[in-house]
Amino acid sequence: MHIPDGFLDVKTWGTLAVVSAGAIGLAAKAAAKDAEEGNIPTMGVVAAFIFAAQMLNFPIAGGTSGHFLGGVFAALLLGPARGLLTMGLILIVQALLFADGGVTALGANIFNMGVIGAVGGYLLFRALWRLFPDRSPWLPAFIAGWASVVLAAAACALELGFSGTVPLGVVLPAMVGIHALIGLGEGAITAGALALVARVRPEVVRVVEVRG
Amino acid sequence: MNLSRNAAFLLGGIAVAVLLALFLSPFASPLPDGLERVAEIHGFLARGETGAFTYAPFPDYALSGVKSPVWATGLAGLLGTLVVFVLAVLLGAGLRRFVKGAGRR
Repeated sequence: MHIPDGFLDVKTWGTLAVVSAGAIGLAAKAAAKDAEEGNIPTMGVVAAFIFAAQMLNFPIAGGTSGHFLGGVFAALLLGPARGLLTMGLILIVQALLFADGGVTALGANIFNMGVIGAVGGYLLFRALWRLFPDRSPWLPAFIAGWASVVLAAAACALELGFSGTVPLGVVLPAMVGIHALIGLGEGAITAGALALVARVRPEVVRVVEVRG
Repeated sequence: MNLSRNAAFLLGGIAVAVLLALFLSPFASPLPDGLERVAEIHGFLARGETGAFTYAPFPDYALSGVKSPVWATGLAGLLGTLVVFVLAVLLGAGLRRFVKGAGRR
């Protein structure tokens, strides 16, 4: 879902660059407040894992592939502030080193996959788990992972529509429809990876704190 | 806190990331992703001129100078994974230093 240069007009990418820079600033401030030595290497490992996993496109229907985004996974392990910072860092490296996502579109991509994907997905997870606090967190994690991709795709479609690149009525159903399928992979990997980490090292998983 | 268990988790995590990037990424699906496919179908794919910013050294995750496309992708994946790891650790350390600095004032 990485938007390349040229898809968005200046007002759209400019606005989102400012919004995302502000969100990153707030996240850095929040993350600095609970900075502990212990979570520094954890953030490195989570970021490295998400970068690697994002390279693994899996085929879905209609000659299309999808890949893990990892926003909800990052936020559940690192908290929403570090989750957003991690996604931002990955997107910057992808754009500058590998031309995956445009440089002008960085703000938009951080907004879609970080602010909506990580922070929004995290808030949705919390809300879902509050509804069924006696259940285990895997289903809320699956749903939040799925929804984070669908919502990020909807945001991406709105940006393309506002840019005049393609009519909103065309691109919104197309993006949401295709990502409703891709999101199933996101939900499964999010829940599965979370279950694995919770088994190996429960202290790392922040869902324990979310419940409290 | 059990330090050795933490170290094992971190080493295991980084090992998984490196293995995925180095050995599995060359065999990922080459099909267009959701956005690319939508752009293809609705005719705006050509707008995404990567030509505007060609200074990204390894476009499409291919390490330049490596003949085998499998290794070009795998090594680009390894490089990216390590760069992201180092930057994330530096960022974490930077945030911590920022707090300590603020506390002293």
